[in-house]
Amino acid sequence: MYKEILQSIENIQIWPIISFCIFFIFFLVLSWWAITVDRKYINEMRQMPLHDADAETDNSNP
Amino acid sequence: MELEKIHYDNKVVKAFIIASVIFGIVGMTVGLLAAIQLFYPIFNFDIQYTSFGRIRPLHTNAVVFAFVGNAMFAGVYYSMQRLLKARMFNDSLSWIHFWGWQLIILAAAITLPLGLTTSKEYAELEWPIDIAIALIWVVFGINMIGTIIMRREKHMYVAIWFYIATFVTVAVLHIVNSLAIPVNLFKSYSIYAGVQDALVQWWYGHNAVAFFLTTPFLGMMYYFLPKAANRPVYSYRLSIIHFWSLIFLYIWAGPHHLLYTALPDWAQSLGVVFSIMLIAPSWGGMLNGLLTLRGAWDRVREDAVLKFMVVAVTAYGMATLEGPLLSLKNVNAIAHFTDWIVAHVHVGGLGWNGFLIFGMLYWLIPRMWATKLYSMKLANVHFWIGTLGIIFYAVPMYIAGVVQSLMWKEFNADGFLVYPNFLETTTQILPMYMLRAIGGGLYLTGVFIMVYNLMKTAAAGKFIANEEVEVAPMVKSAQSEANWHGVLESKPVMFTVLALVAILIGGAIEMVPTFLIKSNIPTIASVKPYTPLELHGRDIYVREGCVSCHSQMVRPFRSEVQRYDPTGAEYSKAGEFVYDHPFLWGSKRTGPDLHRVGSKYADSWHYRHMLTPGDVSTGSIMPAYPWLYDQVINKERTAEKISAMRTIGVPYADGYEELANADLDKQANSIAEALKMEGYETPSDAEIVALIAYLQRLGKDIKSEKVATN
Repeated sequence: MYKEILQSIENIQIWPIISFCIFFIFFLVLSWWAITVDRKYINEMRQMPLHDADAETDNSNP
Repeated sequence: MELEKIHYDNKVVKAFIIASVIFGIVGMTVGLLAAIQLFYPIFNFDIQYTSFGRIRPLHTNAVVFAFVGNAMFAGVYYSMQRLLKARMFNDSLSWIHFWGWQLIILAAAITLPLGLTTSKEYAELEWPIDIAIALIWVVFGINMIGTIIMRREKHMYVAIWFYIATFVTVAVLHIVNSLAIPVNLFKSYSIYAGVQDALVQWWYGHNAVAFFLTTPFLGMMYYFLPKAANRPVYSYRLSIIHFWSLIFLYIWAGPHHLLYTALPDWAQSLGVVFSIMLIAPSWGGMLNGLLTLRGAWDRVREDAVLKFMVVAVTAYGMATLEGPLLSLKNVNAIAHFTDWIVAHVHVGGLGWNGFLIFGMLYWLIPRMWATKLYSMKLANVHFWIGTLGIIFYAVPMYIAGVVQSLMWKEFNADGFLVYPNFLETTTQILPMYMLRAIGGGLYLTGVFIMVYNLMKTAAAGKFIANEEVEVAPMVKSAQSEANWHGVLESKPVMFTVLALVAILIGGAIEMVPTFLIKSNIPTIASVKPYTPLELHGRDIYVREGCVSCHSQMVRPFRSEVQRYDPTGAEYSKAGEFVYDHPFLWGSKRTGPDLHRVGSKYADSWHYRHMLTPGDVSTGSIMPAYPWLYDQVINKERTAEKISAMRTIGVPYADGYEELANADLDKQANSIAEALKMEGYETPSDAEIVALIAYLQRLGKDIKSEKVATN
């Protein structure tokens, strides 16, 4: 039955391909950027939770 | 540089934590009761308000929206203020958000046992509550975006992105899936029917897991895990890729909940492909979390906070590998409708959400009360009891799922089903159901231990309602302007819009074809709208939550066709559901599929079965429904039901609402007559009569089918 559905929508096979292309291009651009981005910026960002003006206390022992 | 004194609001965080813990205990207790009902049906108490079909949605709503939801708000409010170096935008909004959310939960706790439900999973609440949810969600959003705009930190840390994505996506999902036409204050019909309703519902259901249970918790992971481990996240680059890939991909994968159903093939394939691709960002995130602990593993041995977080992140990794595997059609053919899925969601719920919450609470409470944790030992006991609880929950459910599924599919040498009686496959796995309840009980015990420990901790300290800190005003740093993501992070509104675009692309491509082209649902000429009595019966079916245990979707497998429709040999077709507002395909078969049940049994069989299921089918675990025999069909509602259905496209003739009750009486009288002939005297306006009418209608149209292809 739903083989007919496939045929009844014109060019339906293009949808999954479009979907994949959109994501793949997006992913490539994103990865390229993430790899080439300035290291200083990355370091600044990753330290953020540790420098958020919260009282630092040792958590390991009660 | 002049430092500015500001105060972080801990009070609202505390309120959300208390609400989370209280509702967590309630939700898990209800879950435990539901688990026990499955092997001791007597625990349904023969009372409508406590029967399985009604409390199952109470359990899921309580743990998802009350326990996990409140914990999420606590985590978001705590971390956001500190990451943005700003108090929450507006205290009044924070409290409107808090009390509004609790009122919604209260409304859910009252309406669900009353049977007021839309029956759409995780979206069961009726339309007035849906509107309240939308309003309170917007309050949360304004408060969040407001805080982001008022921040003193130029850039938004990755946790904040996850929070933004959560806000925009849940808003879109909730509104689109909840669109319904009200019949009255307590009842509505989904504007979508059949296949479309199923597609929208599982686009919602899947992404509710993604954007309510996953993204906010990933944000919390990226904040609380580095805090607890006292070292920065392993790779910030990876977290950027994790975020964008995850929100982009997740939204496409919804159709994997509908494999082998009457959903168009191309949509099913799309769901599978994107589900498999999802492994990459999910595991990237998991590894990023675990690798954050490199060099700190010695502390994991002693520190319960880290232990909880490690297991949480591991459970996230397991569930996000299992999910894509379950979306492969050959795996899905076995796992779908079985307890395997129950195991899968509980690895996510108990492991990922639950354990991350516990870890966060053990870390937060001592800080907010400026003291040390009362007992690290008890926290470790909680950890082990909780972990055992998860294992005792999940392992029996995996076994039960696979065993039952294989029994459903087993043929003998002569080509007949080895277990043609569904009940045989159920009684086989009852010991597993018992073990599962033990697992749930252990997990809940752990929570009580935590509550004691945390209350002792709080009692020993002094609560800091407003935490004072000195922060520098926002400064522009030239180097971070140099890259586009840095620029994006300094423009929160733009960021929000882009996140919205990312999720809308997937949503649109997935749904647009199904909505634009009418011909993708082949119409079957013999499929007619329900009669007024059947419509009432269907609403009773929805009210009692029958869909929790009975699917209405015979998949195109030989084993299913032979089991459910041995004479007609018809699996379920898309065209059969065109008048089903809402769709009732179900997601779990604790009992058999009902899509072909019409005419299979006599009316009297249903009459006796609903009253004493155990007597009619020895060993049945179905609850009894004695109230259906006393309560009468509310005929005053017939006209408004017919009118509402016509508004959303069901072709009842104009003015039929005035004639409907006459037809209803006629059909009800004939059923009551037939029952009387077999010795069962019942008033023709008893609810059971309507339910029998509906059940006897199921699958009947296709039997007189002459397919009129599109």
